[in-house]
Amino acid sequence: MIKVEQLTKKYGSFTAVDGISFQVDKGEIVGFLGPNGAGKSTTMKMLTSYLPASSGRASIAGFDVFDQSIEARRRMGYLPENTPLYPDMKVGEYLRYRAALKGVPRSKMRERVGDVLDLCQIADRENQLIGSLSKGYRQRVGLADALVHDPDLLILDEPTIGLDPNQIRTVRELIKSLAQKRTVLISTHILPEVEMMCSRVIVIHRGSIRASDTAENLLKNHRSVGELRLEARAGEGAANALRSIAGVKDVTESRDGDWNIFKLRLDANAKPGEEIMKLARERNWPVRDLHQKSATLEDVFADLTTSDK
Amino acid sequence: MRTFFVQLVRELRSIFHTPVAYVVIAFFAGLMGFNFQMFVSLLNKQPAEVMILDVVFYNGLFIFVFAFIAALITMRSFAEEFRLGTVEMLMTAPVKDWHVVLAKFFGASIFFAILLMPTAACFWVFDIVTHGAPAARSVGAIASAYILLLMLGMLFISIGVFASSLVRDQVNAAVITLAVTILYLFIPMAAERLLNITDPRVKEVYEFFDPLQHIVDFSKGVVDTRRIVWYLSATGLFVFLTHHIFHSRKLKAS
Repeated sequence: MIKVEQLTKKYGSFTAVDGISFQVDKGEIVGFLGPNGAGKSTTMKMLTSYLPASSGRASIAGFDVFDQSIEARRRMGYLPENTPLYPDMKVGEYLRYRAALKGVPRSKMRERVGDVLDLCQIADRENQLIGSLSKGYRQRVGLADALVHDPDLLILDEPTIGLDPNQIRTVRELIKSLAQKRTVLISTHILPEVEMMCSRVIVIHRGSIRASDTAENLLKNHRSVGELRLEARAGEGAANALRSIAGVKDVTESRDGDWNIFKLRLDANAKPGEEIMKLARERNWPVRDLHQKSATLEDVFADLTTSDK
Repeated sequence: MRTFFVQLVRELRSIFHTPVAYVVIAFFAGLMGFNFQMFVSLLNKQPAEVMILDVVFYNGLFIFVFAFIAALITMRSFAEEFRLGTVEMLMTAPVKDWHVVLAKFFGASIFFAILLMPTAACFWVFDIVTHGAPAARSVGAIASAYILLLMLGMLFISIGVFASSLVRDQVNAAVITLAVTILYLFIPMAAERLLNITDPRVKEVYEFFDPLQHIVDFSKGVVDTRRIVWYLSATGLFVFLTHHIFHSRKLKAS
């Protein structure tokens, strides 16, 4: 559905997007993840042919976004960051205008506009001025706009930014329900959102792609260390004994009354819990807590996007 | 082509959905009515040789009102889209740049034509009060006078739309439009009345551009195609420049 090859965008001497290549297949929901200023929006603007690329190519459903831009635009619905809308238009009026602009035939106009009003739960606001809507409603009007010509591809740039938790939940559920029939590329820096919605994640940092995989695989292959916490009443030399267990990199010890609190840094994919329990039983340590924190997507994200490699 | 008309309707709506449009129409009609009244009362005192447009546009200063009106109705066109960011919504829909530029230009032009319409009623009144003076019935001269006014207005509008495509703030757009249009009106006037330029070659040059001179000609029913070519090509040039500015600005938008 989306094919991007060596796409580059330079603003003067600053390279916002640096030769990225990726592909999104039909039916996928891909999360485009990266810190602010990573090049997410710039990439999306190039995909929607709003910005020309400095070099490289991109195509939507086989249509080049530069040379066959009108055809490519017909096939996608785009929700820009901050959802710019005309405040002096009414919701229904705006959607009818957008539908006509996007080539929805007159005979289907009423049906399409009615459908997206229902789908985005804004039917009761049809006659309200956009300028008087709350941010959550504006966001839904923007989504309705992106959907009104029934595109195969949705490109959503931070659709939940600036919304309150309830609104975020509604918009997320809405996007999830839309995704059943469509391909979705969604940019965000909210991690749970990606885990909940996306079948694949592309992590972008400083204009280049750092990772592209499912959230699960990213976690699995993440080479950063895990951490394990052990609270026990252990005797002398416990730290050294723990250090000798395979997979344990480092042990730090602190005390809480009689209790020793050990923090173990582990190698990737190490699961030394069983060995530790065995050791504790052999030495008769009372244990009150033993748990291993696995890497979260947040760790993966932080690791991928804070380094300067 | 459909997108052009869809966008044109949208432009007209955005003009007519603001109170400014109605204030401008009322203001203009009132001003022209007042002019008309002054003209008729003058004729009551003494017979005078007048040209057809004097009926409505008796006071030559009306032409400066055109400059203000053009600035008022075009200042929003592009500047507002860039300020609100809606230009991104607009240009990621399957719309050609040309359609948007032309829709904005013709939208404002149609408003201008509507603005001129009520003034035609003055000719009807004039016909009644003069018991059918020939001036009130010379349809050809009236039509050619209006053609000129419309062309002049469209030139100003193209300048206004162009100015609006340059900036993000509508007030700046209005100021640029006013500066350019008033300068255009003022230069031939200054050349003739302030500088007393008598060199016939220079005179020929500034009279070629002088809208007041054009009005005199067209009011006599002299439809000079050179003038038509001048107005249409100057208007075309500004519309063309608008397209280029809009296109390149879009490219630079972050």
